[in-house]
Amino acid sequence: MRQPLITAEAIGLTRDNSKILDNVSLNIAADDFITVVGPNGAGKTTLLKCLLGLIKPTQGRLKRQAGLRVGYMPQRITAARTMPLSLHYFLALNKNSNAREIAEIAELTNITQHLQTPLAELSGGEMQRALLARALLNHPTLLALDEPVQNLDVGGEIAFYHLLENICDTRKVAVLMVSHDLHFVMRRSRQVVCLYHHVCCSGTPQVVSQDPQFKALFGNEMAELMTVYQHEHDHHHTDTGETPNG
Amino acid sequence: MADFLLYALIAGVGVAIITGVLGCFVVWQRMAYFSDSLAHSTLLGIALGLQLGIHTTLATLLLCACFALLLLWAQQKQTLSGDSMLGVMAHAALAFGVLALSLSDNYNNIDLHSLLFGNILTVSQEDLFWLGGGGVFVFAMLIYFWQPLLLITINRDLAAAEGVAILRLQLLLILLMTITVAVSIQIIGLLLISALLIIPAATARLLARTPPMMAMIAACLGVTATLIGLRLSLTADLPAGPAIVSVMVLFFAATNGIHAAGSLRKK
Repeated sequence: MRQPLITAEAIGLTRDNSKILDNVSLNIAADDFITVVGPNGAGKTTLLKCLLGLIKPTQGRLKRQAGLRVGYMPQRITAARTMPLSLHYFLALNKNSNAREIAEIAELTNITQHLQTPLAELSGGEMQRALLARALLNHPTLLALDEPVQNLDVGGEIAFYHLLENICDTRKVAVLMVSHDLHFVMRRSRQVVCLYHHVCCSGTPQVVSQDPQFKALFGNEMAELMTVYQHEHDHHHTDTGETPNG
Repeated sequence: MADFLLYALIAGVGVAIITGVLGCFVVWQRMAYFSDSLAHSTLLGIALGLQLGIHTTLATLLLCACFALLLLWAQQKQTLSGDSMLGVMAHAALAFGVLALSLSDNYNNIDLHSLLFGNILTVSQEDLFWLGGGGVFVFAMLIYFWQPLLLITINRDLAAAEGVAILRLQLLLILLMTITVAVSIQIIGLLLISALLIIPAATARLLARTPPMMAMIAACLGVTATLIGLRLSLTADLPAGPAIVSVMVLFFAATNGIHAAGSLRKK
């Protein structure tokens, strides 16, 4: 078997005497699509940051494949108004990408018309696509997304997920995502990790949605709703429309 | 031209260029108070240098570097808010510095006024060597590490995820600031060095569209203000440092005024 991209063995993080992460074990392989779900304050973002090496866990062992290239999309970045920074300059601040690639990825993520816009003036949806573009420009083997559709309206959300699916289908990239959006999670993820400081349950979406722990965390209604979603998407109905402008 | 004038000119232009460029990082990273505290600590460095018989610029450099690390460490502790901690440290350094100076044998020969406001007309050849060496080093480092330095300024997590060594770069930036403050302090004085770091960069912000453009404009504004300020100081017999800073403030006010008028008209 090939070496996984990231292996976490019983990692934990204790801060100010409270356990933010407790005994979390996780494997991310080269073609995985893993989504971490959980209520607010469950430690999802912290887990993501630990896995990427941005925060050092206080317990457990963490192994990352040597030379692993991560495309990280943070929840948001607040573009300081103190710096005159166009989107294009922001994307070009990267030693791994050239002008042709920037143009290509800007086209893919539908931000070409905003390249000269100051970063601080982008709308929520444009900023999310810009951050995705930046992540892709790093030639990632792992795409790490932290709540990528937060602050987007429904239209923007659907458009973003179309884009993400398109990218996963055309590029060889593993995805590790933190999300609230159970609908998309259940439809696309191959593995769902339900986190509440510890791993409550994990597995395929079908398995997780039936898990009593999941029901306890999200409520029966949500679990049932998700089963409905799965039925819907068993039928492979066609997606309509182009990706609209955010 | 008299030697002292030529030296003053070179020193002023040199300081303006370095502080203009580095000042952009001070503005971007909101380190205005940090640089101010650093400047206050130079007094202690000069006092120590005089007392121990070490070259004052070298002593200032070493002490500033230690002080900067102490500031960083204190800010990590976060029992007090960052600005309060900086305030405590800055004034501690100032008070201890004046005390140390007063204990020194040749206290009566020390011109506190020129330490506070600088004395560009008494710049020596040796001062210029320090300034030149420090300036070239700061410049080379900024150019070489430009991309990762900007990235950690924009977003630390993003930079770290892409493999940038954040802590090392942050330390580098602080080292560059320390060097800049230490080599400029004899020329512009510890109360005005922050002005040179902040005002040209803050003015350039309104005029620039990219970060390198902002750095270049800040340097040009700084040099222009220095030349005008020096001229004023010679013809009207004004203290040079405050004259230079006043011209910078005028630039800042004018740019802001024009900018505000422009955005009013757009509406």
